[in-house]
Amino acid sequence: MGGVIRGLLPFAVAVPVLAALQVLTADAPFLVILSLTVGVNIVLAVSLNIVNGMTGQFSIGHAGFMAVGAYVGGVLSKVTSEYGISFLPEVVSDQVLFALSLVVGGAVAALFGFVVGLPSLRLKGDYLAIVTLGFGEIIRVVVQNTELFGKALGLSGVPARTTLFSCWLVVVVVVVVAKRIHDSSHGRALLAIREDEIAAEAMGVNTTAYKVRSFVVASFFAGVAGGVFAHYQSIVAPSSFTYVKSMEVVVMIVAGGLGSTTGAIVAAVFLTLLPEGLRSVLLAVTGDGALAQKVEQIRMPLYGLLLVVLMLLRPQGLFGTRELWDMGPFRKKRAPSPPSPLSSSASPGAAPEVVR
Amino acid sequence: MTSAAASTAASTAAATPAPSPTARPPALLSVGDLHVSYGAITALRGVSLSVGQGEIVALIGANGAGKTSTLRAVSGMLSPKQGSITLDGKPIAGRKSHELVPLGMAHAPEGRGIFLNLSVDENLTLGAYLRSDHEGIEADRENGFTLFPRLRERRQQRAGTLSGGEQQMLAVARALMSRPRLLLLDEPSLGLAPQVIETIFKILRAVNQTGVSILLVEQNAHLALGVAHHAYVLETGQIVMEGTGKDLLATDEIRRAYLGE
Ligand SMILES: Nc1ncnc2c1ncn2[C@@H]1O[C@H](COP(=O)(O)OP(=O)(O)OP(=O)(O)O)[C@@H](O)[C@H]1O
Ligand SMILES: [Mg+2]
Repeated sequence: MGGVIRGLLPFAVAVPVLAALQVLTADAPFLVILSLTVGVNIVLAVSLNIVNGMTGQFSIGHAGFMAVGAYVGGVLSKVTSEYGISFLPEVVSDQVLFALSLVVGGAVAALFGFVVGLPSLRLKGDYLAIVTLGFGEIIRVVVQNTELFGKALGLSGVPARTTLFSCWLVVVVVVVVAKRIHDSSHGRALLAIREDEIAAEAMGVNTTAYKVRSFVVASFFAGVAGGVFAHYQSIVAPSSFTYVKSMEVVVMIVAGGLGSTTGAIVAAVFLTLLPEGLRSVLLAVTGDGALAQKVEQIRMPLYGLLLVVLMLLRPQGLFGTRELWDMGPFRKKRAPSPPSPLSSSASPGAAPEVVR
Repeated sequence: MTSAAASTAASTAAATPAPSPTARPPALLSVGDLHVSYGAITALRGVSLSVGQGEIVALIGANGAGKTSTLRAVSGMLSPKQGSITLDGKPIAGRKSHELVPLGMAHAPEGRGIFLNLSVDENLTLGAYLRSDHEGIEADRENGFTLFPRLRERRQQRAGTLSGGEQQMLAVARALMSRPRLLLLDEPSLGLAPQVIETIFKILRAVNQTGVSILLVEQNAHLALGVAHHAYVLETGQIVMEGTGKDLLATDEIRRAYLGE
């Protein structure tokens, strides 16, 4: 009972806050779009972190799963947009159908995650990376040549249904799910796999099953992120899902600290806003838009440079594997907290010692 | 189908009396005609051995003889190509580690395999990964700290910062967290100072006295044969000799090949 209430708490806080933000930003479309871009990137980074950070498997094809969700969700919404759910007012009906597209898009992406993950998660390190990269590219090429998905031009006319509220609600969901996985015994199994797969197996962790599961969960949320993306872009083009996009997400989680959900969030926000900030600064300084226009082109080299600097100064990333909620004032009491080292070493004579 | 055939082979193997004159307790683990290969490389070619209830059994042999491969096949980390493995008479060949841990199998892998970035406490918790009896787990954690007081002092410390000896202690303590009946140890003395080795072996004896059977792989033949009730010598994937620890220590071949005399 208490668990349920605690589980719902983030949403009880998030829903009114997001609703208020939605109302407040009604006149600032630029700000809204920016927040949606940030939100989608957070969902991508936090979900990829479950695989790369928590489980220690190096997947670099996240954009492929995002594409699956974007196209499936987009097509579904286009098809259903002519219909409404009769007993609901139009706005509500639209949002229900939108939610359905997101879930279906996520589910299909998860299915792809399962199909790709089952055979390839037996591979390690570089090999897995290559397979996931290949998968991402295959998806893009297939989409680019499919009539249903609009070929290279992309899928146009996807109803614009993403709102600040719905996008950020998805963000809250993925963060809560990631935190819950991390804190569960499931999460402990993932950490064990990351640390030492053979030892994890010796402990009785079903390593294959756990790796596939984390891959499926991550793919699901990548698919949902794709759906959210599709419903504010209105046009879904294959060029949005190249390996550059995958790399962008990888950079985010590496910069944030592999294994840290908070790190992924902070890095996703920062790296999404960086080009925007740069654009504004350049525009203000130079006065004309020519240089500001180039920001998009120098974005990846900039990320690369940032990553190199970060690896030199702080190889574990911004947060390492730590979380904001485990630090300082955020620290919560752990339910069965182990006795402190002080109290146990204070009575060394209490237990019979076999060895000294 | 092959496993059914294998299990009959195992029961006949278990039925034949051991060549050793000293009576051995009934088998907890019995391995018959085990073949393991890695692609084109054959590591084991027909290994048969058994571990009796409550015994310490040593498996010694040179580098590359197949000791680790034997343990890995027994604990379900790799599937044997051929042969039978039974635990309590039940065939387990080809079953995975996560199915065998609940049956009482614990494996402290070669090179310790502790989780370096996790704390001592977290390592122990993972040792009890498949258990859910919270109180029993805490009791076993206490037992572990009683056996290895140094670990208690370092329970919040990152395991990677422990000394080699302490890491080995942690590996043993962690393996015990699953409440095993059979403990598989792969070279627990590797890279440790004689004093630390002595400590660990003293504890292994104590653990064995509580009823845990142990299959011990060692390079250090002198040490292993000293504690073992029964021992096997493995050479290029085959058992070439077996007997009580004492008997083997007395044979010339062993003294020459493994004790450097
Ligand atoms: N993963 C593997 N792939 C290919 N060959 C392997 C693999 N593991 C072991 N082998 C080979 O199998 C044989 C037996 O190896 P194993 O590790 O079982 O020996 P060992 O007796 O434990 O040796 P050591 O005392 O050096 O640990 C060796 O020839 C080794 O090269
Ligand atoms: Mg070995």
